[in-house]
Amino acid sequence: MDVAISSADTLDGTDIQRIYRSLRRIRRIEEEVARVYPTDRIKSPVHLSIGQEAISVGVIDLLGAEDVVGGSYRGHAAYLAKGASLPAMVAEMYGKATGCNAGKGGSMHLIAAAQNVIGASAVVGTHIPVACGHALALKRRRSSAVVAVFFGDGAVEEGVFYESLNFASLHKLPVLFICENNGFAIHEPLAKRWATDRLCERVATFGIPAERVADGDVFKIRSLAGKFIADMRAGGGPGFLECLTYRWREHVGPSEDYDAGYRQRSDLEKWIANDQVARLGGMVDGTVRAQIDTEIEQEISAAFAFAESSPIPETKELYTHVFAD
Amino acid sequence: MSLPTDGVRPLKYVDALREAVEQEMERDPDVFLFGLDVDDHKAIQGSTQGLLAKFGAERVFTTPLSEDAMTGVAIGAAMAGMRPIHVHIRNDFLMLCMNQLVNIAAKAHYMYGGSVKVPMVVRSMIGKSWGQGAQHSQALHSMFMHVPGLKVVAPSNAHDAKGCMITAVRDNNPVIFVEHRLLYSTESAVPEEPYTVEFGRARLCSRGDDVTVVAVSNMVIECLRAQELLSEIGIHAEVIDPISLVPLDIETIHASAMRTRRLVVVDNAWTCCGASAEIVARVLEMAGPRAGIEVRRMGFETTTCPPSPWLEAHFYPNPSTVAKTIHSMVRGTDAEWEPDPDRVRLAYQVQFNGPF
Repeated sequence: MDVAISSADTLDGTDIQRIYRSLRRIRRIEEEVARVYPTDRIKSPVHLSIGQEAISVGVIDLLGAEDVVGGSYRGHAAYLAKGASLPAMVAEMYGKATGCNAGKGGSMHLIAAAQNVIGASAVVGTHIPVACGHALALKRRRSSAVVAVFFGDGAVEEGVFYESLNFASLHKLPVLFICENNGFAIHEPLAKRWATDRLCERVATFGIPAERVADGDVFKIRSLAGKFIADMRAGGGPGFLECLTYRWREHVGPSEDYDAGYRQRSDLEKWIANDQVARLGGMVDGTVRAQIDTEIEQEISAAFAFAESSPIPETKELYTHVFAD
Repeated sequence: MSLPTDGVRPLKYVDALREAVEQEMERDPDVFLFGLDVDDHKAIQGSTQGLLAKFGAERVFTTPLSEDAMTGVAIGAAMAGMRPIHVHIRNDFLMLCMNQLVNIAAKAHYMYGGSVKVPMVVRSMIGKSWGQGAQHSQALHSMFMHVPGLKVVAPSNAHDAKGCMITAVRDNNPVIFVEHRLLYSTESAVPEEPYTVEFGRARLCSRGDDVTVVAVSNMVIECLRAQELLSEIGIHAEVIDPISLVPLDIETIHASAMRTRRLVVVDNAWTCCGASAEIVARVLEMAGPRAGIEVRRMGFETTTCPPSPWLEAHFYPNPSTVAKTIHSMVRGTDAEWEPDPDRVRLAYQVQFNGPF
């Protein structure tokens, strides 16, 4: 696929500010989750998006309210980038009644039906065909909306991933598959799991255009996603985007784990040098940036205060929603 | 709850299934039917016949095998407001759907705090005889009963097949719809207009004071024959068809067992951790230690189903083994009795000559 890779040149100042705000906001929320986590007020295992924000932000920046987003258990970034409620997310992690899942999902299953965030799954890859089902419904209803589904490099080792690619291509479903390839399935590196790293070639054999972004550049991600999304809105079939990235913290939990021996801090440092939050922050006027940063901190404080002060679920809630009426 | 009879058209189970789906697809444009072979010339033994011509390929379509992903697609489409009916030619293939059914379909409404619903029907057929063997004759409904969030229904006659299918399509939850292949050719009185058969309400098939017999799926037919044979020697069995296993009308079963003080549960499945174990345990828990209810479970032998008919004949409960079990409970193990071998054979089994 021949796609011109845009740079910041094609975006105006408002675009840059919006993208910076989204990146910075997710980074700071996740850092605050990590800071609070040891207090045990968060009652849910957290898989932080720190370091991987640019993928969700770059793709979702081009989606509208009617478009659909599905994510994995490492799904805070996609949920937040789509405009879902931060207070409801924090309250969910606190196990409160006001959580986005009413305290019944936790960090790994964030949902926001009003924003078309369709939920997230902790059994790796299982949400991929579910996203295709949403795409099938959109197509049957002659909607121009599209689905973006995010997953990690572990998910592409599941059979259901390939089954989903085949069905989506066969039926020309409007679904953009986005692989956030951070190189590890929990602690196991790609070299111990993949016979070859030619993932895009594998996907392309299903008749799905596939592109790889190796450096985490939010503008490249956004540009490629934009091309795929435009094609899908025009009636084209699915697209695939592999974005190399890096998980800065441990697989699950708030901490770093570079002393564990399975990876090196020098690998992190390469990605820190290319950090998209810092990069875009440098492109925003200092006064404007300070204003954005202040607003983010205020929003985060309010969200955690909301979660703290929210009621716990009533015991009867254990039994509600087993079956739908 | 008794079945209608007078003046109502007789219809085969397989045609009742088809008619229910046709009427629901006419009623609701969000209903669609998919699965391997639903649109081919054999049309799932006729149960999807004519639906492609009537509703078109967007609403009636085959799939790649991909049972895992196709189940996920059904779930996603259901969450998005559609009402998929996903068809599998064998119950055994549902093992390939287990991850999606257990980890997503069953949990989505709860795990997402009630903000989504998963209205979908999963149809599958159970095989028997004709050399079906190890992987084409399993009845695995108890695996689905184990997981909160899934409904499980196993209608035993054409009337209930139609009514349960319409109920299942309109239900806002995933429904595992269990169909026994040998029932397809059986007829009962089936009203032409759409109607529902309520889940969680058992059907009393025969009244009796000596023993309560709970029979699942095609075992209802087998147990009703046993009941006929026993009634001729003065043993009166109350045969109950639960129709749906989740939700389960345990109150009706419990009330009957409290009266007869004898409970036999005959499942078309293994007994270990099965529907029969669940029904017996719940009745005894409700009845308490002083009720003195004698219980038996009958089901598949604790082995793998062989294709050889000489071996397979011993694998399943049948009217003879059911009747003799009940006879020994009522008259004692010393009382010798052998039902007429010509009369324990059931037409639906004798006449069946494939294909599946």
